Amino acid sequence: MTAIPFPAPPADSDEVLALRREFRAFLDTHLGHRSPRQRSDNWYGFSREFSRAMGQAGYLGMTWPKQYGGHERSAFERYVIVEESLAYGAPVGAHWIADRQSGPSILKFGTDEQKETILPDIAAGQLAFGIGMSEPDSGSDLAATRTKAVRDGDVYRVTGTKVWTSFAHEADYVILFCRTSGTPADRHQGTSQLLVNLKDTPGLTILPIIDLAGQHHFNEMHFEDAVVPAKNLLGAEGDGWNQVMSELAFERSGPERFLSSIELMYQMLAMLKGREDEAALATIGRLTAQLAVLRRLSRSVAAMLQEKQNAGLQAAIVKDVGAVWEQTLPDFARQLIDAEPDPRTQAAYAGVLANIVHNAPSWSLRGGTREILRGIIARGLGTR
Amino acid sequence: MLAEMIQRLFERSLDDKAQAQARDGIWNQALWTEIEEMGLPLALLSEEQGGFGLSAAEQGEALRLLGRLAVPLPVAETMAANRLLANAGLPLAEGPAGLARADDLVIDGGRIKGRVDRVAWGENLDCLALAVGATLYRVPRSGWSLAESGTALNFQPRPSLAIDWAADASAALPYSPLAEGATMRAFQIAGALEATLDLTLEHTATRIQFGKPLQKNQVVQHELAKLAGELACATAAADLAAEALDRGDLMGVAAGSLRAREAAGNGAAIATQMHGAIGFTREHPLHLFTTSLWTWRDEFGGQVMWAKMLGKAALEAGEDGYWPMVTTL
Repeated sequence: MTAIPFPAPPADSDEVLALRREFRAFLDTHLGHRSPRQRSDNWYGFSREFSRAMGQAGYLGMTWPKQYGGHERSAFERYVIVEESLAYGAPVGAHWIADRQSGPSILKFGTDEQKETILPDIAAGQLAFGIGMSEPDSGSDLAATRTKAVRDGDVYRVTGTKVWTSFAHEADYVILFCRTSGTPADRHQGTSQLLVNLKDTPGLTILPIIDLAGQHHFNEMHFEDAVVPAKNLLGAEGDGWNQVMSELAFERSGPERFLSSIELMYQMLAMLKGREDEAALATIGRLTAQLAVLRRLSRSVAAMLQEKQNAGLQAAIVKDVGAVWEQTLPDFARQLIDAEPDPRTQAAYAGVLANIVHNAPSWSLRGGTREILRGIIARGLGTR
Repeated sequence: MLAEMIQRLFERSLDDKAQAQARDGIWNQALWTEIEEMGLPLALLSEEQGGFGLSAAEQGEALRLLGRLAVPLPVAETMAANRLLANAGLPLAEGPAGLARADDLVIDGGRIKGRVDRVAWGENLDCLALAVGATLYRVPRSGWSLAESGTALNFQPRPSLAIDWAADASAALPYSPLAEGATMRAFQIAGALEATLDLTLEHTATRIQFGKPLQKNQVVQHELAKLAGELACATAAADLAAEALDRGDLMGVAAGSLRAREAAGNGAAIATQMHGAIGFTREHPLHLFTTSLWTWRDEFGGQVMWAKMLGKAALEAGEDGYWPMVTTL
């Protein structure tokens, strides 16, 4: 029998319900003035000010030890903060990657010094991270990485190019996945991760990549004999592959994998008010059912992570099914409401729809393409 | 424990011949007697109600198994009807039972008259847990005759019943039989999808084309991944519906039931495609599951009914209340 266990997530405790209320009030206070169009940027909005407020209020590094600026709360309490942020369209970009994957990776693999110097600043909302994985010739095929770091006394000399690095022009650090020995033919062997300070690395040049929506989120990072202190090695030299896989598990299961277009749902409801025909009611009902079940699956993965279970297969399923939901929402919107989307309008519906249509294609690319995820799921089912 | 007993019973007593008989509408009394001896009709009851006091997870497992084994008798219906009757304080069924809602029945001088559409194995039941308005009636077999025969997509009987009965056992309705039935069907759908995925994995591993197992093709692997996604959604949807039923939240039941109904259709389509022509025959067991998935997804309220109910709640919540509503489902 093929079992894919998704254990029941615990019901919200009184503490969790109180946290939800408290955090919704926090969001109203700090972000209540933002327009639907701004909210629809969802997790690719970037605000240092908001991230600092999150940190000051104790909403970052929620599950980490207090010793490193964390708050020792449960994975579920963190989940509440994450999903409420996204549902509100909060501009989480300046803490998102650090809080979600870089911090947990440093906590897991870092030296005492790295933990002491970096984690408290992430928890305070003052350090933004980017992801240093993809390369021009190595996207889905991460093991083909060519960026090379050669040890030279107290430093590594890094040469190579990374692409699709969101907010590299704004962020403070990336965790660079690179080759410290051998060649790309060695695949998983000989790879490592380095903490690279984006503001202070001689030999590093960051260039923008403008996306089809005209936004500057992506960047290219060129390392030309760039100098990175050897003490910035994360974990063990040569153990990069295992570390990067662990990092990806943090990246794949969260509610950002189905809430990217949630603002469009709100705007559809606003447009459909008073137009309660059968097609509208039934479509909204079905979409809501799909969303509720996705949320349950995602909370179930959070339960597994809390219990330190391996949830790689489950996380891939959530991301695969979730991306379909958030990506197809504009199609359902267009079946119910006639409107010409406009990327520069102030009108709520047409502006939000434009933003979602422009950005939706990326949601089944980033964090592992649909094809890669389905391969992971198939392998989890015992094929190949 | 109960799951193992269910598995053993049906692996022993439910063969191709029994499935064929069920398609012909022939009642399998011998198998039903075994089911009753095991106490299965009481499986959803608490110990105080005379049941086994199973946990929610164990109850779900039992219901999923009935789908996974394509049990062609109204076992799940009887379990669900008994829970409804027990929660209303009415006597339990003494044989196979059904559950239904029929709000257009006429109550005239203490007699209930009217038609109840499409009840599984309706002519073979001992009693019917029937909701009319806010009242639940326990209608015995003597209280109805056949109004019109009917057949489900899995070829099991769905007769419509002509009720004519001097109402003598009734109680305030604790919750809708449609919610109870839809939740039960969600579990059966999840169970049938488990069997469907297993069959599809086995077929694509053993069927060799172009010199290699079908499963070695990426395009086939991706369809298997999608099928696993539908199974995951159906399983979570059934659990979600059951928890909502337990706390009396009809919108949660609607959400869980709707997603399970959708998974039934999506999953059956993928599995049949991956089997090729053999999956379209009665020679291969896949049809037991696909035809049951197509049956169960349209019962106990239709997809449109449940979707409109949930959609109305969403529209009433509006753009500001929508997300808070979703977090309560």
